[in-house]
Amino acid sequence: MKLLGLLMGCALAAGAASNDTFLIRDADVYPVTGPVMKGVSVLVQDGKIADIAPKIVAPKGIRVVDAKGLRVYPGMIDSATELGLQEIELVRETEDTGELGEFMPQLRALSAVNPASEHFPVVRVNGITSVMTFPSSGSTGGGGGGGRFGGTERQFISGQAALIHTDGWTWDDMAIKPGAAVHLIFPAMPRAGRGGAAAIETTPTEVAGSAAATGVTAAKRTYDEQIAKVNQFFDDARNYQKAKAADLPGFRRNLKFEAMIPVLDGKVPVAISASRASAIHDAVQFADKQRVKIVILQPRDVAKAAPELKAKDIPIVLGRVLALPENEDDAYDAPHTLAAEAYKVGVKFAFGTFGNEFVRNLPYEAAAAVAFGLPYDEALKALTINPAQIWGVADQIGSIEKGKWADLTVTNGDPLEIQTEYKHIYIKGREVELTNRQTELYRKYSNRP
Amino acid sequence: MKKIVFAAMIALAPLSAQTVAIRNATILTVTKGTIKGDILIRDGKIAEVGEKVLIPGDAAIIDATGQYVIPGLIDCHSHIAVDGGVNEGSISDSSITNIKDVIDPEDIAIYRALAGGVTTAHILHGSANSVGGQTITLKMRWGKDAQGLIFEGAAPGLKFALGENPKRSGNPTGRTATGAAPAARYPATRMGVEDVIRESFTEAKAYQAEWSEYRAKVARGESPIPPRRDLRLDPLVEILEGTRMVHCHGYRADELLMMLHVSEDFGFKISVFVHGLEGYKIAKEIAARGAGVTTFSDWWAYKVEAMDAIPYNAAILQKAGVLVSLNSDDAELMRHLNIEAAKVMKYGGLSESEALAMVTINPAKQLRIDRRVGSIEAGKDADLAIYDKYPLSASAKTVKVLIDGTVYFDREKALSEAAAKQTERQRLIEKEKQNQQQNRQQPARRPSA
Repeated sequence: MKLLGLLMGCALAAGAASNDTFLIRDADVYPVTGPVMKGVSVLVQDGKIADIAPKIVAPKGIRVVDAKGLRVYPGMIDSATELGLQEIELVRETEDTGELGEFMPQLRALSAVNPASEHFPVVRVNGITSVMTFPSSGSTGGGGGGGRFGGTERQFISGQAALIHTDGWTWDDMAIKPGAAVHLIFPAMPRAGRGGAAAIETTPTEVAGSAAATGVTAAKRTYDEQIAKVNQFFDDARNYQKAKAADLPGFRRNLKFEAMIPVLDGKVPVAISASRASAIHDAVQFADKQRVKIVILQPRDVAKAAPELKAKDIPIVLGRVLALPENEDDAYDAPHTLAAEAYKVGVKFAFGTFGNEFVRNLPYEAAAAVAFGLPYDEALKALTINPAQIWGVADQIGSIEKGKWADLTVTNGDPLEIQTEYKHIYIKGREVELTNRQTELYRKYSNRP
Repeated sequence: MKKIVFAAMIALAPLSAQTVAIRNATILTVTKGTIKGDILIRDGKIAEVGEKVLIPGDAAIIDATGQYVIPGLIDCHSHIAVDGGVNEGSISDSSITNIKDVIDPEDIAIYRALAGGVTTAHILHGSANSVGGQTITLKMRWGKDAQGLIFEGAAPGLKFALGENPKRSGNPTGRTATGAAPAARYPATRMGVEDVIRESFTEAKAYQAEWSEYRAKVARGESPIPPRRDLRLDPLVEILEGTRMVHCHGYRADELLMMLHVSEDFGFKISVFVHGLEGYKIAKEIAARGAGVTTFSDWWAYKVEAMDAIPYNAAILQKAGVLVSLNSDDAELMRHLNIEAAKVMKYGGLSESEALAMVTINPAKQLRIDRRVGSIEAGKDADLAIYDKYPLSASAKTVKVLIDGTVYFDREKALSEAAAKQTERQRLIEKEKQNQQQNRQQPARRPSA
């Protein structure tokens, strides 16, 4: 804190020097996309990384941060949150996820982001500098470690997820990519009761003429109808696009279909919530048929789905590593090994915490994946460059390279280790205070007479 | 179906041996520092711990070179292994109910907790009632029947609950999980919660006096009519007499303070405040009355009364002299209490032994079982968790877990048996399918009218 004060003092003394221009000197830089560079300097100009070299002559009047013995990492990215859209899970008034409506691609998470949410300062002090925020709630699905994004009843498309920085005066400031993905909740076959095995895949309980058989057949019919409905929506959107291009007489603007054009053009991926192997397979088929780019959210049957995902070059966002296995007779460590399974087959993956409460634990989730077989370097990539590539912003964030935003954390050790301390955190080159509602309450009540 | 799969899983009976030696480990004893050496176990108890221990020739050897041994983790607050719901929500004083009557030894959560290093857990009633149900302490002896799980001689407890949960059912604007408005149930406010508890203890005092009078008369050689037994008041009298623990769920500082006053007025002791997320605001009041707190490391914001929760809670309370433990309240969190302990080192700067104590010896003291478990000392139960790496980190995992000197979890064994179990599972499913097909071909004859 004292140091921060001192630095601010220096910046002020420098007068004209803006607060997003400075030099980090004598640090061990972990760029993620290349080998570690020991004892080098990083020059940040106007919020961007201008240079990384063993010796950089400090431009006159520039603020210098001595980082001897410290490490510099790119800020981490959580690929699935509801940050800014939900404050208190149980209070509807504080929740802006889960709008009504079946197909709602025109909804923009970005413009509902509350930049003053107490959650942002809480997550960024642990090195998380940007997040995907989804228009769909992950908390209400509940239970067993990490929610599952779902919309309101019978919702298919919940809206556009935004990639944002975890600091900024307005959501305009925070936006990295306003419509980074359109979120589709893929139809799912209903499952058997609490903790039971999947109703259809493994334990057919149908007995001729019984209610169960009717139930299964009806469920399959509903499932097929729902997939047809999703296809129909995409077909309609494509027809709209053609009509628009042809400038047909009587053409009327439709905001839903308008929002689908970047998806149909392959510029924006569809982020599809699909957990089981069959659902993932069907989602891949759907993407093929509709010729759209997809990202699979929170897959569980990674080992089964991986070869197909690899073949089609489809990335995934893994849910919380520290979660319960889905089925009673799954391996006890099933969620812990998913990342290692994806890595082995060569599927590109990132991590998401699917909620707000656990975003700050993102690096520890990755550490748990390392404990269960993921190579360490791959864990670091999955927190930084992989999500940047998946969401199409690898030219802006995700590593320490010239020209990228200076989303940097200065630490005294490995960010995957809980005891590691953050000395400085920069977002777009602006140093953020390492305080929040919780540190303030800590200070206040530690000083209670 | 469920039962058949289970039978197959339980079939892996834990290895039993009279004399076991864990060799060449880093041993975090919690109460006697850290040593590099051996642990000798005889008849389920720790016989010797030291740098050089003479190992008898007939001892089964566990080579723990490069590994870490800590006392089996103790979860002060859990709801696993309960058959059916944990809340009897119809009444506000449900002290008649007892978890002992509904232990489910086949709950897979027991095995998963065990695999996460937990050897003992205190199982409680839910928090829907101001005066809740009777509790029980279990050891995670996976494979044993309900009776075999019970921690012999552990003190029984009674659950109490303050704040949002007990008042929710009474709140006319409240909603149940299904969205329906519940029938109003007193209390609907924190004021009412206090009253319910005071009414119950007032009755219990009178009931206690009736019994004292009766016993005095009997002692004098008279033949009085005994008072009518009241199953609701019996556990409350046990609290007044100090033989039953009070585990009181509460979040906000005001309600915790209220309960401290109630306990003083009626002359009983509060063993622990469960959650006590705002305990840090009244740390000295809690310390002065000798109450303990069992809390979360960093959960917050999931409801209004969790908005002022801070990850520094455990540290502030500890520094004020309160006996603090970290609990899970959740089958998932329960699998990594070691990570939760690591977090209180980060937030608030507790030492390694202080942090580790919060998931071992401290909860043991709170549950009045510290003479048996909670540290690695000669004479104590050989309840031990062995980790592959330094355990106060998310990068570590358990490799073996022992209870009473018996290996109940062995990761290597779990991995090597996985394929065989999968085959067995598949065989059972096929068999079930065939059975159903046969049933279809030969429909059961309808009973004649």
